[in-house]
Amino acid sequence: MARKLLLEHINVPGINTFDVYRSKGGYASVEKALKTMSPDEVVEEVKKSGLRGRGGAGFPTGMKWSFLAKPEGVARYLVCNADESEPGTFKDRYLMTYIPHLLIEGMITASYALGAKVSYIYVRGEMMPQIRILEKAIAEAKNAGFLGKNILGSGYDLELYVQPGGGAYICGEETALLESLEGKRGNPRIKPPFPAIAGLYGCPTVVNNVESIAAVVPIINEGGEEYAKIGIGRSTGTKLISAGGNVKNPGVYEIDLGLPAEEFLYSDEYCGGIANGKRLKAVVAGGSSVPILPANLFLKTINNQPRLMSYESLSDGGFATGTMMGSGGFIAFDEDQCIVRNTWNFTRFYHHESCGQCSPCREGTGWMEKVLHRLEYGHGKMSDMDLLVDVSKKIEGNTICPLGDAAAWPVASAIRHFRDEFEWHVTNASEAVTRNFGLAHYADPLPKPEVVA
Amino acid sequence: MSVKVTIDGIAIEVEPGTSILNAARQIGGDIVPPAMCYYSKLKDSGGKCRTCLVKVSKGSEKDPRPMPKLVASCRTTVMDGMEVQNITSPEVIEARKGIVEMLLVNHPLDCPICDQAGECHLQDLGFEHGAVKTRYEFDRRTFEKIDIGDKIQLHMTRCILCYRCVFVANQLTEHRYHGILNRGDHSEISTYIQHAVDNDFSGNVIDVCPVGALTDKTFRFKNRVWFTKPVEAHRECDHKDCNGKVTLWYKGEEVLRVTARKDEYGEVEEFICNTCRFDKKKTSDWVIDGPRHVSHKSVISSNHYDFIPLPVVKSNPVLIEANKEQFERETRL
Repeated sequence: MARKLLLEHINVPGINTFDVYRSKGGYASVEKALKTMSPDEVVEEVKKSGLRGRGGAGFPTGMKWSFLAKPEGVARYLVCNADESEPGTFKDRYLMTYIPHLLIEGMITASYALGAKVSYIYVRGEMMPQIRILEKAIAEAKNAGFLGKNILGSGYDLELYVQPGGGAYICGEETALLESLEGKRGNPRIKPPFPAIAGLYGCPTVVNNVESIAAVVPIINEGGEEYAKIGIGRSTGTKLISAGGNVKNPGVYEIDLGLPAEEFLYSDEYCGGIANGKRLKAVVAGGSSVPILPANLFLKTINNQPRLMSYESLSDGGFATGTMMGSGGFIAFDEDQCIVRNTWNFTRFYHHESCGQCSPCREGTGWMEKVLHRLEYGHGKMSDMDLLVDVSKKIEGNTICPLGDAAAWPVASAIRHFRDEFEWHVTNASEAVTRNFGLAHYADPLPKPEVVA
Repeated sequence: MSVKVTIDGIAIEVEPGTSILNAARQIGGDIVPPAMCYYSKLKDSGGKCRTCLVKVSKGSEKDPRPMPKLVASCRTTVMDGMEVQNITSPEVIEARKGIVEMLLVNHPLDCPICDQAGECHLQDLGFEHGAVKTRYEFDRRTFEKIDIGDKIQLHMTRCILCYRCVFVANQLTEHRYHGILNRGDHSEISTYIQHAVDNDFSGNVIDVCPVGALTDKTFRFKNRVWFTKPVEAHRECDHKDCNGKVTLWYKGEEVLRVTARKDEYGEVEEFICNTCRFDKKKTSDWVIDGPRHVSHKSVISSNHYDFIPLPVVKSNPVLIEANKEQFERETRL
């Protein structure tokens, strides 16, 4: 069993309180950073670790930190993006609920590295219990002298605030989050300027995911190079995967990046296979925004290599035969699930959550939702599939923020891989409302790749 | 110090910090991308409608890599040595066609009863860049008409959410009483519980609206714009921020409406106050400057010629007489 870095003490009773967390070696990274390291050394350590953003895009965190502009006399901010609302992803909520001090500790160390005197945790509005847990944890840390003025006698001051959001998915986009944090309508900003130059209140700002910030703690404790030894290639460290759908043991798992996908899905240590003895039909590997893959392509890449749970391996094959790591929201579908219905459901979500600022996303998501609804309820046409692909192409890449892409990819990939099932919904419309298409050939072994002479 | 940018093969030197769209406007002609939400007189406008997307095939002299996605030309500043493709890129044409289709998905296309018809940017855009037929087969969203103030009517059904009126209210008036409610395709421009929009510059939201969502209640259903004759006029306005330079839209002797003077991109030259716009509708209130030049491409110019037609017929006396009558009729307005 691989070593856990984030969830090592998750099962210790009372780990959500300061005293127990401290007795298990908590806040050691704060002590180490503030007493023995300069802010630049902390940034250097994170760079060495090769940590990549855990929120979805996978941008190297250390690089992001080093891009932060540092003009004299201007405040800098660190904002933690806890607006986790991607369907299928629930790792940040788990982390904040059960081990809130890990996030607080990471926030202190990261704020010190960036020279932020005020930092914010922007939590999604629906997570009221987590907001109370975090506020209690902040109060405890403050009592113990880890927050406030002159932390541990190092002369470094930090105030940490929790800000509840209004419950909008779009506020997980970093510039929309900053707008919302400033008290405005959560519309994404047009970039450039990037938040590293002009973010919150026009000041240089870094926005990081909860898990990225929590991962700073083991990086500082053990050193960046030690952290980089875990994982494979450019995917270093451990990643929280929230497994859901038709798996036997749904839940949040901490895996070493590079774990074979088959092992993750079928070993008893992790998901434990598909529930009720059914067979796997499809997988959404990283939250609803990433392309969906049929079972055969998920377990093996197009070159018949075993697929690994890492940034590179999951995106092997590009969008034609690959997917993305995303935010780690792993959803498995068994043979009785309807891909058309699932795609419609995802699209309905994006239609509901589009901010309405730029036209392709505002109108296109609603249009796709209506077409998919028609298909699912047996009124579809054969031309609808091409229409959907075309509309998704018109949205993709033409919007201000990535929500347009996120709305387009699931639809385009579902039609790319499951076209038979969509067509069956048109040709057998009355049958389609009573039963499902079933597994069909989606788990068949992949054809041998052609030998290129 | 100026930077050189090439748009569709035409090079121009512009000030640093100019947007691609404004550089293209300095060149002029067919290569100017259409803009539905950008308004050069309003700070922070643009970037939302995506009709002005262009392809940057060379980033700059220093970094010649092309930009990975199409960019909104109204919000992208030019770099030295940048090469931009607009109408020469099939990718841009295709994307723009898609955007126009998206904009029309929830637009009622009620041009025959819309007061904006003839000077509507969406009409022009659809005509130039759109497809012949829509593929959208569902109900369009509809809203009730609401009155915001006693002179302005808001018909949200036609709105394309360009946010221009919000910027006008933010930047020209002391208080903004209207804004965007809800999100996605449910979002609407509205006032808080039908609060009246009432201040001296509120009428400008009518001028900046690219479609017929915000209309002048003193002009609604009075006439089609192409039957009216635009004449430039001015008056001594006692409002400190208004210089009283307007366009009067005549039908016969009557002034049907007053608007600010608009340039070839449909942007007002200077904003005017509500007194000039709504209350001064007599010729005696104004000093006439002369006929307003309207581009020959605009439907508004279809019944007016600002040049005297040449006598085509020179030999037949009957036709010469008829021609004269025709000429008188044409120039009576």
